[in-house]
Amino acid sequence: MRSSLLLAAAAGLAVLASAACTAGNETAPGVPSAGGTPNREPVTITMWHGFSADNELKAFDDALAGFRAKYPWITVKTTKAVQDDQIIQSVRGGNPPDVALSFTTDSVATFCKTGLFQDLAPYLSSSGIDTAVFPKVIADYTEYQGKRCVMPMLADTYGLYYNKKLMKGAQPPKTLSELADLAKKLTVRDKDGAIKVAGFNPSAQMYENVPIHTAPMTGAKWTNPDGTSAIGGDPAWKQLMTWQKDLVDWFGYDDLEKFRKTFGDEFSADNPFMKGRVAMAIDGEWRNAMIAADAPGLEYGTAPLPVADDKPQLYGGGFIAGTVIGIPRGAKHNAAAWELVKYLTTDTDALVTLSNAIRNVPSTLPALRSPKLDKDPNFQTFLDIFANPASTTLPAHINSAFNQQTLQEAQEAWESGRATDLDALLAGVDKKIDDKLKLTAGG
Amino acid sequence: MATTTLGRRGRAVPVGGRRRPALRALLYLSPWLAGFSVFFAYPLIATVYFSFQRYDLFTLEPVGLLNYRYFLKDEAAWTAIRNTLWLVVVMVPARVLFGLGVAQLVTKLKAGVGFFRTVFYLPSLVPLVAGTLGFVYLLNPGTGPVPAILSAIGLPSPDWFGDPGWAKPGLTLLGLWSVGDLMVIFLAALLDVPKQLYEAAALDGAGPWQQFFHVTLPVIRPVLMFAAVTGVIQTLQYFTQAMVAARVASGSTDSAGSVFTPGYPAQSTLTFPEWLFHQGFRDFAMGYACVLALILFAVSMVFTLFLLRQFRGLAEEDA
Repeated sequence: MRSSLLLAAAAGLAVLASAACTAGNETAPGVPSAGGTPNREPVTITMWHGFSADNELKAFDDALAGFRAKYPWITVKTTKAVQDDQIIQSVRGGNPPDVALSFTTDSVATFCKTGLFQDLAPYLSSSGIDTAVFPKVIADYTEYQGKRCVMPMLADTYGLYYNKKLMKGAQPPKTLSELADLAKKLTVRDKDGAIKVAGFNPSAQMYENVPIHTAPMTGAKWTNPDGTSAIGGDPAWKQLMTWQKDLVDWFGYDDLEKFRKTFGDEFSADNPFMKGRVAMAIDGEWRNAMIAADAPGLEYGTAPLPVADDKPQLYGGGFIAGTVIGIPRGAKHNAAAWELVKYLTTDTDALVTLSNAIRNVPSTLPALRSPKLDKDPNFQTFLDIFANPASTTLPAHINSAFNQQTLQEAQEAWESGRATDLDALLAGVDKKIDDKLKLTAGG
Repeated sequence: MATTTLGRRGRAVPVGGRRRPALRALLYLSPWLAGFSVFFAYPLIATVYFSFQRYDLFTLEPVGLLNYRYFLKDEAAWTAIRNTLWLVVVMVPARVLFGLGVAQLVTKLKAGVGFFRTVFYLPSLVPLVAGTLGFVYLLNPGTGPVPAILSAIGLPSPDWFGDPGWAKPGLTLLGLWSVGDLMVIFLAALLDVPKQLYEAAALDGAGPWQQFFHVTLPVIRPVLMFAAVTGVIQTLQYFTQAMVAARVASGSTDSAGSVFTPGYPAQSTLTFPEWLFHQGFRDFAMGYACVLALILFAVSMVFTLFLLRQFRGLAEEDA
């Protein structure tokens, strides 16, 4: 009896094990039907997006109003403030939305490599859409190894904001030396030495000073063509980090950190630039809308990012990325979902409406040229950066987030003084990234 | 016609008659067996299987021992192990001692027992995220009221959640603040110690410390052991407070291009479960996350068995 019980238990476990072994082998998605919704039968589709601020939600709803007018038989049910984790889990669980929008381009490689988002080639082909409608730089972050599984929906561009009152008539800096000199000149300290107003906070931990945004200042490269890390071998990173460290040391790391910790939330009215606590700051074009909403009296200007003194040809460029949107695997209404994706990513009026409301850069050439696009001087700066050939993006990479985290940690160790050998530090970054590549992508 | 067979002593026994009790036992056990299979055996077997795969939630590729080899040179994983062990070695005893101390104090109170019991218990009712947010805010060197008060009276204040040397003590402080759940258990145990034992000890000339070490501690030892075992298991799974404190203290946001790495500052608060979660659900290295999960499982088992063995040894000594 005992042996038969054991046998039964073993058989049960074997069944469970075989179930476990097949958990990841789901059937690949079939080629979806594409090419519009000719029958026009009423259909309700679901869409998840990451917008959460009131002005963003209203702007997005306004854009959807145009879709409803154009496609009255398609009802769109939206869910706000969704992040990539939730999208991935919903696909894994077999109950994804019909359309999903991601605020970061870090997951594009994962979306495409795993088939988490559907290949959009059949849809584009049947709708006759030429991807040349998107500026070339966008292709780098919306495709992975030649596969397009997401479309760009608005773009982000990063530049320099400066407070005209605190600048006291000084012109925005064009080189890193000018930026450092001006930062020192404009810094105000209390009697006890504590920083009261900083000309510029060079810390890599300061909001948008993350390495992907500051890399264009020296033209630093992330990866080699084979996906391995180029960070240790590119002197541009060393140049950037040495400049940052020198300026951090001038402030004093502890003083700078103490000052940074008095800041309010980046996306609130307490943002230190909007409060006049920093004279210059690196930020995205969307800050224009936030200043208009929360600090309308602020006298400010915008300019391209300052660049390395020995690389004047980089001036005018900046970092570009954006929001991406696609149709997850397992979506129930592919054709209607594609109509919405197509509308939100290629309809000029929709893109201009959204851009005017939340001040993101339109992601198609016709929308960029649209006369309906509001172009005040501060926003125009970002349109110019977007169009500048020196502007760069972070190409889709399977370990995009890991690579950034690894370098970010190294930058923190370096600027705080915990790491003293920059060459060894960056070589260590290369090793970690290359080891991780073997773990997640093969090779 | 009933089938019969010979029993061990040559007596005829109906076949169905011998099987029936076993089947009945199996039937009674089946709810547990089902739960064990679905919630323990299956996940465990699946985890072992996936640990030999490159698995990104959608595609599987056998990679042999790659995930295990990667673990051996994964600096972050070893940092996480060191941090987690630090918390086990420092925070668990600190919480047990503090909880016991507070409970002991409450038992000595002549008046306001209910009030103080409530006051000490209340923090453990505060949700983990809210409590952590409050602590980071209170101790923030730039805007927090605690450093401001210390500064006003001329005392220095460390950057609790921003200095790698102070971040884990900061979390320990947070752990002590929310020790109310342990305090209540200890209080119940202390009140259960027979008064006659104290009277007998006092007659023998034992002072307060001797009474505590020779009467109180032996009697409440099972409760102490329970607190230690559950404390170790909870600390090996320490996640929420470390994640929230690091996130808030770093000032990191969810904006595009802003990547949050748990463990701020300088991986000083990176715990093993955080790294496991990060690998699985942020980097989608699910196969590697399975290796980390198996290690966590094995270490938890070893710790628990060690503590239980110690307890058994102590109990036998008493006998």
